[in-house]
Amino acid sequence: MFPVKELKRSLFVSIWFAFLTFPIMVIKVDSIERIVTWRWNNMIFIAIGSFVLSILVKVYFVRKERRAASKKAQTVLTEPFVHRILREPRFLYPLCLACLAFALLFPHLFSTYQTNIMTTALMYVVLGLGLNIVVGVAGLLDLGYVAFYAVGAYSYALLNMHFGLGFWVVLPIGGLLAAFVGILLGFPVLRLRGDYLAIVTLGFGEIIRLVLENWNDFSQGPSGISNISRPGFFGMDLSFAASINYIYYLVVGLVIFTIFVVNRLQNSRLGRAWLALREDEIACQAMGIDKTKTKLMAFSLGAFWAGLVGVIFATKTTFVNPASFTFLESAIILSIVVLGGMGSIVGVILGALALILLPEYLRALSEYRMLAFGAILVIMMIFKPEGLISNVRRRYRFKQQPSSESE
Amino acid sequence: MDYFIELLFGGLTRGSIYALIALGYTMVYGIIGLINFAHGEIYMIGAFTSFIVATVLSIYGFPLLAIVVIAALAAAVWSSAYGVTIEKIAYRPLRHAPRLSPLISAIGMSIFLQNYVLLAQTSDFLSFPALIPEFAFMEPVAHIVGSSDLVILVTTALVMLALTVLIKFTRIGKAMRATSQDRTMAMLVGINVDRVISATFVIGSALAAIGGMLIASHIGQINFYIGFIAGIKAFTAAVLGGIGSIPGAVLGSLVLGLTESFATGYVSSDYEDVFAFSLLVLILIFKPSGLLGKAETKKV
Repeated sequence: MFPVKELKRSLFVSIWFAFLTFPIMVIKVDSIERIVTWRWNNMIFIAIGSFVLSILVKVYFVRKERRAASKKAQTVLTEPFVHRILREPRFLYPLCLACLAFALLFPHLFSTYQTNIMTTALMYVVLGLGLNIVVGVAGLLDLGYVAFYAVGAYSYALLNMHFGLGFWVVLPIGGLLAAFVGILLGFPVLRLRGDYLAIVTLGFGEIIRLVLENWNDFSQGPSGISNISRPGFFGMDLSFAASINYIYYLVVGLVIFTIFVVNRLQNSRLGRAWLALREDEIACQAMGIDKTKTKLMAFSLGAFWAGLVGVIFATKTTFVNPASFTFLESAIILSIVVLGGMGSIVGVILGALALILLPEYLRALSEYRMLAFGAILVIMMIFKPEGLISNVRRRYRFKQQPSSESE
Repeated sequence: MDYFIELLFGGLTRGSIYALIALGYTMVYGIIGLINFAHGEIYMIGAFTSFIVATVLSIYGFPLLAIVVIAALAAAVWSSAYGVTIEKIAYRPLRHAPRLSPLISAIGMSIFLQNYVLLAQTSDFLSFPALIPEFAFMEPVAHIVGSSDLVILVTTALVMLALTVLIKFTRIGKAMRATSQDRTMAMLVGINVDRVISATFVIGSALAAIGGMLIASHIGQINFYIGFIAGIKAFTAAVLGGIGSIPGAVLGSLVLGLTESFATGYVSSDYEDVFAFSLLVLILIFKPSGLLGKAETKKV
């Protein structure tokens, strides 16, 4: 299985990585105390790790080639297991009910702390589903998604501070404002090709954050806005624990609403137009789809969800500042969409839960969280660009009539 | 007037550093049509490598000149090694993938490298040793133009000259130009395209590393996050000049550096980065082909 040549290759890879990481991993200097620390054990870890990894990658590719060779004849697209289950109403309804029951009982089964974490994870589910409309379905890579999230959060914070508006009034306003900003951004940039669009949206996200940071009269600068009121519940004053549960249920409601809307959208006329746009813009225009309108719809609908979640974020933490809306936040949401499978709703939900909950529970690993997110983006693109659960297109089959008129 | 000249030189210095980074973007884009998002991180790694090497050498008591030369060489060597490795791991397998795949992979690589340096070194700002001495002959104008400004300008000019010679008159330069014009055709006439791409990454990364070392010594501090902003700004410069065009990258960088310098000097220093990003958005909207770039027409 392992010819000597391959082992030599892996050895070379491990020496290369030991060399590559030498200054940064091995040497650590303290320029004030003038002490040099040599961390040779790191070099050994890197060498062994890269040796093993290079062998594993090699094995993976050899297997893949063999599989491709043996299966060349039968290229049947097999649906992912999860989708096959979801297609069957027999499994689908009980599964949905079980999930719903678990979600509803969650605050009663677990502590307030756990509920809080779950709320965060569910907020990311909604964010992921929103970005999924833009990136996964319409194929527009948006790296400034967090800007819309910031618009939602700040619109609640500011309206609450200046005019004393309540949560329920601002929730739709925040969403609509974000959608409006989405349209404003969308108009000029829609002519741009994929990678330019990505950079412009990234620049736009940074501009929003920098303005929030520097425009002290408007947003109170880096210190942010505190004492944002929690949502009211028919005028009752809720205790701390009760209000956390209340926000949790709110988010569960929002998740269900989002799943419903996004699911309906995907099979709608608009959803199919988005898919077509993603695949081939020119062919799509030739079919008579209004490119500008379709893209703007994707942008503003994606932004709408971010705005809603932004409002909820502001009310959950009762504090917003620009540091919550950095590029890394956009990158996390993008990782969720990419890991879960672009375009697949179930995939995005699982991706969000995995990426947000795992680092929370594996505290020891939380330091390596962003490292892992970066690695996930690269690894997914190379090995499984379609994500954990790939989206399956609805296929329409033409059934041949068993007719005799062809003779 | 003094203030104006100070801003002018400040802008030129900034612009030269942007140019050193922007060349990497524009060369890679010219050859494989990819925005190498991790390029800013290469620059950051160059700054860190030169910081580590320079500090170690100064602790062991080397003379200043030796420190500068060895640190610059080390930064260039390791940054090029990172550049080539990134290309092999993250971009080469995706050469025939849909357009967005390599871009997402590049973003992942950028986040990965930032956090790799954060975890392996530190998240604090490190004070970078002053590698450039104050020259005696600069004394009369030192309040307007510092010695490090001068060194940066001269170094950049020399590097540009070397790069021009390399691209115009050497075999590998010719191969690069051929590959960027038409990759398939270049393969047909016997150019080893993989090697050309690797060479591009080596040159681009080495330039960025030199830029990283110069600016770190000029400003005096570094941290793991410097690559992000510098990368975006250099990209802006490359787009401003027309991405894919080497003189365009230099011109765009100087324009961007001067704009920023004058805008922060006369308008407000709070919005320094906003100016650059707004400029980027405006160019991409109104003249996506840039100052010196050719407008592409897409045939179906």
